[in-house]
Amino acid sequence: MNKDSQGALWEVFVQKKPGQPYVHCGNLHAFDAEMALQNARDVYTRRNEGTALWVVPSASIVASSPEDIGPFFEPANDKVFRHPTFYKLPKEIKHM
Amino acid sequence: MDANFEAKLARNENIEPKDWMPDIYRKHLIRQVSQHAHSEIIGMLPEGNWITRAPSLRAKMVLIAKVQDEGGHGLYLYTAAESLNISREELLEQLHTGKAKYSSIFNYPTLTWADIGAIGWLVDGAAIMNQVMLQRTSYGPYARAMVRICKEESFHQRQGYEITCKLAAGTKEQKEMAQDALNRFWWPTLMMFGPPDAASSNSENAIKWKIKRESNDQLRQRFVNQTVPQAELIGLTIPDKNLEWNEAKKGYDFSDPDWKEFNNVIHGNGPCNRERLGARVKAHENGRWVREAAIAYAEKRKQKAAAYQ
Amino acid sequence: MTKQEALFNYCLRLADTSLILAQRNAEWCGHGPFLEEDLALTNLSLDLIGQANSIYQYAAQVEGKARNEDDLAYHRSEREFLNTLIAEQSNGDYAKTILRQFFCDTFDFYFYAELVKSKDETLSAIAEKSIKEITYHLRHTSSWVERLGDGTEESHTRMQDALNEIWRFTGEMFEMNEVDTILIKEGIAVDLNSIKSKWESKSKEILDRATIKIPANAFMQRGSREAKHTEHLGFILAEMQSLPRALPDAKW
Repeated sequence: MNKDSQGALWEVFVQKKPGQPYVHCGNLHAFDAEMALQNARDVYTRRNEGTALWVVPSASIVASSPEDIGPFFEPANDKVFRHPTFYKLPKEIKHM
Repeated sequence: MDANFEAKLARNENIEPKDWMPDIYRKHLIRQVSQHAHSEIIGMLPEGNWITRAPSLRAKMVLIAKVQDEGGHGLYLYTAAESLNISREELLEQLHTGKAKYSSIFNYPTLTWADIGAIGWLVDGAAIMNQVMLQRTSYGPYARAMVRICKEESFHQRQGYEITCKLAAGTKEQKEMAQDALNRFWWPTLMMFGPPDAASSNSENAIKWKIKRESNDQLRQRFVNQTVPQAELIGLTIPDKNLEWNEAKKGYDFSDPDWKEFNNVIHGNGPCNRERLGARVKAHENGRWVREAAIAYAEKRKQKAAAYQ
Repeated sequence: MTKQEALFNYCLRLADTSLILAQRNAEWCGHGPFLEEDLALTNLSLDLIGQANSIYQYAAQVEGKARNEDDLAYHRSEREFLNTLIAEQSNGDYAKTILRQFFCDTFDFYFYAELVKSKDETLSAIAEKSIKEITYHLRHTSSWVERLGDGTEESHTRMQDALNEIWRFTGEMFEMNEVDTILIKEGIAVDLNSIKSKWESKSKEILDRATIKIPANAFMQRGSREAKHTEHLGFILAEMQSLPRALPDAKW
């Protein structure tokens, strides 16, 4: 008997409304790209969750690791000048 | 590493797939998440048993949507388990060979339409108590799956109670059917929360690691408190002579379920253990050629595409 | 036959077909070849019952005898049901189920696209909603017909066997009788001759891609327009209608 296969694992991203970003909503199994797209529709948009889908083979995702937290992200902590609140404006200017 | 893990738990932060975790935490989770997933999939069967016989078009649509949801929930949970480095193929094999367990409640038969009401009202009601708690479980993918599941499950208990209400308010035969279903499903539902805290071997670690956040007995008590008034409201009787309001503990006193029966069902001697597992194995085997065809087809497409370039 | 009788009959034909096909597909729920496909086929089943439900409601209104959609679905007998023969055929293996659904989807795809133009506003509105669902169904089933036909040797053989078995039930989908004549004259019904060649060429296109062959000179079964069915239907109804028939005074 051949070894069983349930297909490859895919990542599913759904766009709630046109113009909005695609948000990761879960995973599924599929044997090819068209099937992955259809399965995503049948599994993840049964309750009007979205108007567009991306499916990506999980094997294609490149992820940072937990050890990267320090070197990757903490250096951003002290760059307050990247945020608008860092700058002082004359009181008279209400919006900028 | 260990300290980091403990610190994260202490801060109520989620443990994520790539984080270091103790082996026994991983094993405990694989066991619990996969058992949960298997329960959803096996749980499709007793209710699916009534899809072709649902007594109105509306009831048929609702039941199909509900059973389908169970399948979806099984799917979310399998992928959560997969993030712990175990494949769906392995998980299914554990189910099919009887190595993995699933909730014993699904080894009881659905004999009448009222059982579909009882399953939604009682069984889903009990499951929701557990699942609401699990939204705060310490393992990230499990917690996220539970959030999605709880959102979708919210209609399940209502549909079951609605069926039961209609029957309880219906003809004499319908009311008898509803009471009979309550009689049969009450005790197995109480058993769903697991053995009493004093006798539960897995509970202690699960609480320590914040996988579970409330004990079996706490959840069981909450379920009884919530369900008794719902039964009374529609004129049904909980089949427990010792059931009584206890003002001091602000909760009901109730009898212990028959734990001997519980153990019997767990060990394969429930009324439907063989049928349930048999149906899953059969579906798996009957689907094998379909999955093989899908692989072969995808492979052919790939080769054709490569030949083009 | 009056126009009203014709319209009632026409609605039943459509609703019965959707319901019986949904009932068949729903038998797979929990038993599909893998989890994702189990959910997909169940979605399809739900869409079909939804279509049946809307059309029965309209049929009940057209009939004007204070019956509702459930009366029509649960309290009519084998000799009153007007679903197509193909819809009631047993599920068999997944090849047969998919192929049966594919032939019905292809029919529905062209049929409902025409029905949108019906002068009957209710049927036109139902068609408008259904066509979106059916477009997806057809995409789903045609991709599976291709996959299974052009998959492994085993799947290919199973698809060819399935085709040999159910091809003979495809002819009567296009059969027209007095009902059609009356309603076509009124601009209500679809002239099935006008969609037959589209159905044939679409079917042929997908079956070609699936590398399976239509049986030559196959005899076409018929009978559903006169409610003469295969033996399957009696069992489907016995099961489906058992509860409302056993407790006729009960409300569900």
